[in-house]
Amino acid sequence: MNNIYSLKDLRQGQKAKVKSILSTGSIRRRLLDIGLIEGTEVECLLKSPAGDPVAYLIRGAVIALRSEDSSNILIC
Amino acid sequence: MGLTNSSTGIKAVDSGLVIKKLTPNDKVIAVAGNPNVGKSTVFNSLTGLNQHTGNWPGKTVTSAQGYCRYGDSTYILVDIPGTYSLMAHSAEEEVARNFICFGDPDAVIVICDATCLERNFNLVLQILEFTGKVVVCVNMMDEARKKNIRVDLDAISKKLGVPVIGTTARKKNGLKELMQSVSQLSCQPEENPPFRIKYPKPIEDAIAHLEPFIKQKVEKKINTRWLSLKLLDYDETLITALNEYLGYDLISDEEIQKQLNIAKKILSDGRITGNDLRDKIVASIVLTAEDICSDTVHFNKSNYNARDRKIDRILTNKWTGIPIMLALLMGIFWLTITGANYPSQLISDGLFWVQDRLTDFFQYIGAPDWLHGMLVLGVYRVLAWVVSVMLPPMAIFFPLFTLLEDLGYLPRVAFNLDKYFKKCSACGKQALTMCMGLGCNAAGIIGCRIIDSPRERLIAIITNNFVPCNGRFPTLIAIITMFFVGHAAGPFESVFSVILLTGVIVLGIFMTFIVSKILSKTILKGIPSSFTLELPPYRIPQIGKVIVRSIFDRTIFVLARAVVVAAPAGLIIWIMANISIGNMTLLAHCSNFLDPFAKMLGMDGVILFAFILGLPANEIVIPIIIMAYMASGSIMELDSLWDLKQLLVNNGWTWITAISTMLFSLMHWPCSTTCLTIRKETQSWKWTAISFAVPTIAGIVICFVFANIARLFI
Repeated sequence: MNNIYSLKDLRQGQKAKVKSILSTGSIRRRLLDIGLIEGTEVECLLKSPAGDPVAYLIRGAVIALRSEDSSNILIC
Repeated sequence: MGLTNSSTGIKAVDSGLVIKKLTPNDKVIAVAGNPNVGKSTVFNSLTGLNQHTGNWPGKTVTSAQGYCRYGDSTYILVDIPGTYSLMAHSAEEEVARNFICFGDPDAVIVICDATCLERNFNLVLQILEFTGKVVVCVNMMDEARKKNIRVDLDAISKKLGVPVIGTTARKKNGLKELMQSVSQLSCQPEENPPFRIKYPKPIEDAIAHLEPFIKQKVEKKINTRWLSLKLLDYDETLITALNEYLGYDLISDEEIQKQLNIAKKILSDGRITGNDLRDKIVASIVLTAEDICSDTVHFNKSNYNARDRKIDRILTNKWTGIPIMLALLMGIFWLTITGANYPSQLISDGLFWVQDRLTDFFQYIGAPDWLHGMLVLGVYRVLAWVVSVMLPPMAIFFPLFTLLEDLGYLPRVAFNLDKYFKKCSACGKQALTMCMGLGCNAAGIIGCRIIDSPRERLIAIITNNFVPCNGRFPTLIAIITMFFVGHAAGPFESVFSVILLTGVIVLGIFMTFIVSKILSKTILKGIPSSFTLELPPYRIPQIGKVIVRSIFDRTIFVLARAVVVAAPAGLIIWIMANISIGNMTLLAHCSNFLDPFAKMLGMDGVILFAFILGLPANEIVIPIIIMAYMASGSIMELDSLWDLKQLLVNNGWTWITAISTMLFSLMHWPCSTTCLTIRKETQSWKWTAISFAVPTIAGIVICFVFANIARLFI
């Protein structure tokens, strides 16, 4: 497939592996801190009532991200 | 930071971290860990202190210290804010890092969550890079067991080369073993850390090149491998703290500069530039953590979090999430209002019985009238009012709220509401600070430290006062009960007052959104920044302990405030009501002066004057109003809220007055403690003044509009 997927495209219950993180600055470091690096498996767990943010299971912890940030995390 | 005796009120205005050694032999132990791993619980159990523990990341935002005796030594335990990493991003993480790296602790206890060990190891490994005097405390072993997660502590200890102790701090399991390891370790001389993270070859080469030169320069005990890596990965705040620690500017040293450039060349030759270095460092640490956990932590059940997910699906559901949130809020209010009725009456009866006895006593000893008036009718009566009207609702609300907090519900509130905060260009974590504000605005403002972006943090600070704190609840409840609920306190009436009170809170939330939006478009322009919000696992709170603890805390808190604030206020009011200039009392002069302006806002001079006198504490507003009316009219017995209503109505109160007073109570200047806290947190009088002005102006405008429109309809 030619389409590039980001974490944002993940539907509830789906899993994927992180391909690369496009975010920069402090959010990039935050994401690295919580163990989100290339190859980390991420599962989309919950959508908030307004659809954004979305909570993901990352290395055993449940972390909510806004769509601006999840769209910067490419997956495969 | 949770809501406790020491986190609310004036004690919220804390001073910097100064370690107080009782004797020179005392050992200083840093207690570090990820946010929300039970650090405060371990700390409390070891020190016998009472740092609040809540189930959400970021509640400890200031460092606390306590003493722990083990064997023949005294250990000073320093509870530092939770942090995911030593590469600090926010003010609170900087505090943590600076203390671990430059606070010269004799040992570091790193507390980990047994149910989420791999991620916690990120921090453990980073600390191990710096010092070998580490005890790893794997906490919440009971929860791990429940979730069928098996942790092989010995194997981890072998891999890391430092003691690894399993604990269940809530039940005080394993703490003795923990202190034993700490005491052994803190006696040993500092050695190089037994564990070493392996970095990609170019990084290792660069470190190998730089380290010998650093070793020559740095005489003090500081790990040179760690320092070399940190110099390569230039971090401004760390370098500032380092220079302060060393007493000279290492990085401006010519030799170091030269070698640093060579080392950086080694990196760039290995195709590691700029951001890559940080990425590679973090990736190495994360992969090392993964490797350590891969054969030491066993998940026997893959869906070990199934129950939490089920609860989450209901509490954050599109249709049920927000209604449940409101229902919980209303439930708490209902319990507060109905529960407070009876004890309030009881306390009031008791205290006013004492007042009569005091009067008897003053008559018996033949004390002059003015002395009796000042002390009994002034000081004592206001005190009695504050305690009887204010204490019961506070003592009921607090424990209930704390239970929700311990359960882990508050981050879900932030999750549910984030979208709306984003629309106002603010941070979803602001919801957490607002929840804290419900307890005490000063605590809420300190809690704003969890917000990384300085702009969004200021928005949260300025708008925090739109959430009525616990000191304002009783005012709102009393007015609602008197003016909008029928005489008999039946079940329907209490439900009705709950709906009204919730309405007031929702209005406050609504105002927060509007004002946040206005601020983001004007003086605090900017776009919403990125953030991560952790939703911790649900935990069953220690119900009994929480209830007893927080009722006790609240009672002491309210009584102390009553003595410090209400008593002098009572004195002032009595004096003002009894000293006349011309043919009017001082009080009448003041309230007459304020009257025209207050009338425009739907209130009267006395009410506005009470709000002004209430600056030190919002609890005293209603008692001052009562005192002022009673002083200027005939003294009557106030046996219940209904007599009180009569008093207010006799002084010209209508439903417009009642609503205007409620609106103004919701929106006016923050109390003096909150102002001091804002000054401390923002380090700026300008932002303090703005935080003072914004809710005040909002209140004046809204009261003015409401009162004038409402008058058209009568």
